[in-house]
Amino acid sequence: MNVIGLAFFVAIVGLTLFVTYIASKRTNSASEFYTAGGGLTGWQNGIAIAGDYLSAASFLGIAGAIALFGFDGFFYSIGYLVAYLVVLYIVAEPLRNLGKYTLADMITARFDQKKIRAAAAISTLTIVLFYMIAQLVGAGALIQLLLGIDYWVAVLLVGVMMTIYVLWGGMAATSWVQIIKAALLMVGTVLISVLVLWKFNFNILGMFTEMKSITANGEAYLHPGVKYTNGLDTISMMIALVLGTAGLPHILMRFFTVKDAKTARSSVVYATWIVGIFYVLTIFLGFGAAAFVGSDAIIAANPAGNMAAPLLAQALGGDILMSFVSAVAFATILAVVAGLVLSGASAFAHDLYGQIFKKGKATEKQQMNAARLASVGVSAFSILLALGAQSMNVAFLVSLAFCIAASANLPVIIYTIYWKNFNTTGALTAIITGLFSALILVAISPNLWAADGSMAFTGEALFPLTNPALVSVPLGFLGGWIGTLFGARADQRKYAEVDVKANIGLK
Amino acid sequence: MAIKTETALNKTKPLDKKKTTPQKGGPPNYSAIAESTEFKSLKRKKNKFILPITIFFLLSYILLPILTSYTTILNNNAFGDIAWVWIYALSLFVMTWVLCMVYVRRANDFDKEAEIIFEKEKAGDYK
Repeated sequence: MNVIGLAFFVAIVGLTLFVTYIASKRTNSASEFYTAGGGLTGWQNGIAIAGDYLSAASFLGIAGAIALFGFDGFFYSIGYLVAYLVVLYIVAEPLRNLGKYTLADMITARFDQKKIRAAAAISTLTIVLFYMIAQLVGAGALIQLLLGIDYWVAVLLVGVMMTIYVLWGGMAATSWVQIIKAALLMVGTVLISVLVLWKFNFNILGMFTEMKSITANGEAYLHPGVKYTNGLDTISMMIALVLGTAGLPHILMRFFTVKDAKTARSSVVYATWIVGIFYVLTIFLGFGAAAFVGSDAIIAANPAGNMAAPLLAQALGGDILMSFVSAVAFATILAVVAGLVLSGASAFAHDLYGQIFKKGKATEKQQMNAARLASVGVSAFSILLALGAQSMNVAFLVSLAFCIAASANLPVIIYTIYWKNFNTTGALTAIITGLFSALILVAISPNLWAADGSMAFTGEALFPLTNPALVSVPLGFLGGWIGTLFGARADQRKYAEVDVKANIGLK
Repeated sequence: MAIKTETALNKTKPLDKKKTTPQKGGPPNYSAIAESTEFKSLKRKKNKFILPITIFFLLSYILLPILTSYTTILNNNAFGDIAWVWIYALSLFVMTWVLCMVYVRRANDFDKEAEIIFEKEKAGDYK
């Protein structure tokens, strides 16, 4: 690591700590801790959503996947973006109108029972944990490469930073870290894309023609099928991507940081523009890396392709650009894990402790202490898991998190808002079937089983798809429907209230 | 985008922060509102808008992996060496942005209808 590189890192760490310091003075209540007091504006929250969403998996993972597999890598970009329509059309406004801090708040607005809250909190924690391990393992590997430090030091570094942001600055600090990161990420991505285009003489048609002969895949590089050859598996993965976003706890939580549904709506619009532009640019990152770094060099640095973007930066702009992009990648990871800690802590401290254990009667001070304690707990636990999970495939963990979100959270969200006859039993069975079908199907999938011993277990996988969303999402919906048939009749007065609140935001 | 008008609106409307219940005592009568013709008509309009568009974008989205997995028609070139699959994928991007703006426009109309219900509720029409 050179002096310039170190300067970028120190600048980012310094800036984010400064923001945390300012935010800490304004974080004195549970509402400020979890939702920044609901005081963010549409554009602030929109950029923060983008900052929360564009994880290292997006920036480093997709750039690498497009560099190595051409169009097949671009599938992720498409899925991650179209997902925002599901968020905007179906989830964002009712969620803002019904919820307070967490997903469980929204569901218990209709079914006020401890077991429902507990189930929703557990599904939230499961998703957060998988997503967090994925981010931390990826972060560790990346920073290890970028800074030349040991894996465990890297994980610890990221872990300590995220804990500091959340512990002292709560949602306000986390949001601003996400905003700073999103801005830096966009600057870096646009800069690299322009440089790539420049190298191709700003001729996009010409770029495609050249790409035909640059990689070992020849013309196939520009067509789907280089990586994904199993049709059902591809479709299943795409279902998880498009439906999962609307069930991701750290994204859902962002909608409580604005004052009303109208602002929630405008923040999705800002986020969609930023995220969309970013994903279009992943084409240039990927093509550029394939053309100017070459797949051999990319794979040599990291077999999954995660180093494609930093290596491309080095090829185009030397050490300075490489250092900048590495620092941006570091900020990217920090912002995402901070958001995850916060949503995990809210499920623990607000749902399990505050609402279930303390029956909603905890004092403001108790709530704050619980929130801070839970943040430390969630951080420490995920750091420990990440230290032991170094060899896990990051992409698999992320897609699993999306799959659980789509299977366990989305059905219950949709039923709660839109289905008049949905009842308590149905809510419980929807979450449980979705959660367990996703977990069990993954446990018997080729992600963990291989006949040749290349995976964790040796043997034939009982379930053929690597991503089970194609089966587990319908099972989540089916579970909720069957549970509803067997449960007691829905409370129609309560539904009238939820219906009115969800639709027009009357409190 | 519609941010300017938004802040202007919110100044006249005390929002959130625990209670915005009407002064005339008690929480709103949600059942009466849910049964009212104006709420029902608003909900019908909303559903008629959201449902078909949601089905449309989910189908056009999932059609892409179906086509690429089971046919090769999108591998034909559209412009130069740019195959149709790229055009399809980018049109999904355009679709997302367009539908985003369409939603905001329609939602602003719905807000106006909701405002009428707010006013009526405040006046005690649903007691």
